[in-house]
Amino acid sequence: MKEKTYWQENLRLIAICLVIWFVVSYGFGILLVEPLNAIRLGGYKLGFWFAQQGSIYTFVGLIFWYSSKMNALDEKYHVED
Amino acid sequence: MDELKLYTYIAVFGSFAMYFAIAWWARAGSTSEFYVAGGNISPMQNGMAIGADWMSAASFISMAGLIAFLGYGGSVFLMGWTGGYVLLALLLAPYMRKHGKFTVPEFIFDRYYSKTARVVAVVCLIIASLTYIIGQMKGVGVAFSRFLEVDYGLGLGIGMGVVWVYAVLGGMKGITYTQIAQYVVLIFAYTIPAVFISLQLTGNPIPQLGLGSTLADGSGVYLLDKLDAVVTELGFNEYTTDNMGGTLNMFAYTMSLMIGTAGLPHVIMRFFTVPSAKAARSSAGYALVFIALLYTVAPAVGAMARLNLMNTIEPVAGQNMEYAERPQWFKDWEKTGLLKFEDKNGDGKIQYSADKATNEMVKIDRDIMVLANPAIANLPNWVIALVAAGGLAAALSTAAGLLLAISSSISHDLMKGIIVPDLSEKNELLSSRIVMTISILIAGYLGLHPPGFAAGTVALAFGLAASSIFPALMMGIFSKTMSGTAAVAGMCSGIGITMLYVFQHKGIMFIQGTSFLGDMGPNWFFGISPNAFGVVGAIVNFTVAFVVLKVTGPAPAHIQQMVENMRTPGGTAAVHAH
Repeated sequence: MKEKTYWQENLRLIAICLVIWFVVSYGFGILLVEPLNAIRLGGYKLGFWFAQQGSIYTFVGLIFWYSSKMNALDEKYHVED
Repeated sequence: MDELKLYTYIAVFGSFAMYFAIAWWARAGSTSEFYVAGGNISPMQNGMAIGADWMSAASFISMAGLIAFLGYGGSVFLMGWTGGYVLLALLLAPYMRKHGKFTVPEFIFDRYYSKTARVVAVVCLIIASLTYIIGQMKGVGVAFSRFLEVDYGLGLGIGMGVVWVYAVLGGMKGITYTQIAQYVVLIFAYTIPAVFISLQLTGNPIPQLGLGSTLADGSGVYLLDKLDAVVTELGFNEYTTDNMGGTLNMFAYTMSLMIGTAGLPHVIMRFFTVPSAKAARSSAGYALVFIALLYTVAPAVGAMARLNLMNTIEPVAGQNMEYAERPQWFKDWEKTGLLKFEDKNGDGKIQYSADKATNEMVKIDRDIMVLANPAIANLPNWVIALVAAGGLAAALSTAAGLLLAISSSISHDLMKGIIVPDLSEKNELLSSRIVMTISILIAGYLGLHPPGFAAGTVALAFGLAASSIFPALMMGIFSKTMSGTAAVAGMCSGIGITMLYVFQHKGIMFIQGTSFLGDMGPNWFFGISPNAFGVVGAIVNFTVAFVVLKVTGPAPAHIQQMVENMRTPGGTAAVHAH
């Protein structure tokens, strides 16, 4: 039972991360690139910035956020290594 | 010997000496050390090693050049080759590390209790890895022949010898520590010229910020706006909005590269070298930090190189450079045949435009952009020497990782796993080393005589990883009931449809003239290019697997129990063979 709720919580975290992963790259970087390009970030058009810079920074942040959440989850369920 | 050559010799052979010293210090004594470095590499060290393992000659030499000419369309490589690490960290690496085996085909065998599945995985792995190695070997040959002016074949031979010493001697343990050193060399070699060029053009030393800054010429114009204006004036598509083949193609291309990245065995197996599932998660994060350092600089390098090139040819609109006054780097690259000029209107000046009839720069090989960049920007000789050493580090580190993936899958999965199950550890280690030696010779031969289809095969490597290995691994972890029969059916149909699509547009086995639909945009399925088709193969794989599962019934109870066990990290065992 304990394993089952641990897995459910993990799946929820994965889902949140994948939504963000999708939105910054496929959403902002590809599907919504034209409207976002109307906004400027210094010399960058915003959609272009997400495609070539922003999505990558977000990916890095996502993995570390997921890691730290999972470490907390491991402790909560006493399954840490 | 001139100064540049002297510096280049020092940088290249100095770095080789360092790799040898590391390999001797970290030589492997057991199969566990040979395959997974004993399973006790720290997450940050592993992240750095993954960075070097992943960033190949293609990332180092070709990617910025591709972006320079594709503009916004080049984003598919930036997002695709980094976003895959999110999938690895969330969906595969920690669970596969928890399971604790040596190779990817071995994991597939355990999970799907099927020798067929194991053999299919081995075949995919070998095809994907060999295709990759050809590119690395070519990179080594080119770097040697261009920078040290030695014969291409001799350069290739030296490269093979270097890899042989530290990969065969050190196995995963030697490769890991060498890759850490190679990462440091390649990241300095990549970023230092970029910092110089960014400073020159924008006054901002950080290339990621320089790309979004105004030009340092006092005009107050943003660099990207200037680039857009320059290229559109000559009839090219606008740099910041040029989307490669439309939105759907970019979407599918990015997705194929992401799941292909997550399914490449030589990357996945690096996660078996850390001590725990927890460490596997964080090492994916570190890996992406180290990769992002190069991947966020690359678009700046690409855009700045394109602008520099345009400015060299046409410093002021309408005043083109005289061919007779062309700079030294132009002459150097003309000698290699990678840069070609043809004076079509006979005025002795260089005209560069998008119009094929009047364009006189008949060939600008994209691969020269990174290598020629320091010379175009007039950087000091030691920087150019560093770039040569960096390109070699990128090619050698990736080649070593791929060779290990091939040799472990042959000696561990085919030999010990299927053909000679009672192989002793000592003999398995010996056979790994022999297989690796043979693989190096084959890779060298293919580098020397690159098959005509070498360029097209990258699509195949990512297509195979995306359409077969990634879905099989993901279903194995996230669907407890997924059975061996269903997974094998899924893998085979995923590979089948991807190969069919690549072959029908690129030729059967890439032989010219055998493509029955032609490599033409209008014939592409919804406009998706063959390189972007892996994601469709993956969808077919998932669909077929779940349909077959419904018909043939779930996996046995002990397998489901094994998956349960994989999902919770507690008490990750040391990596062991059986």
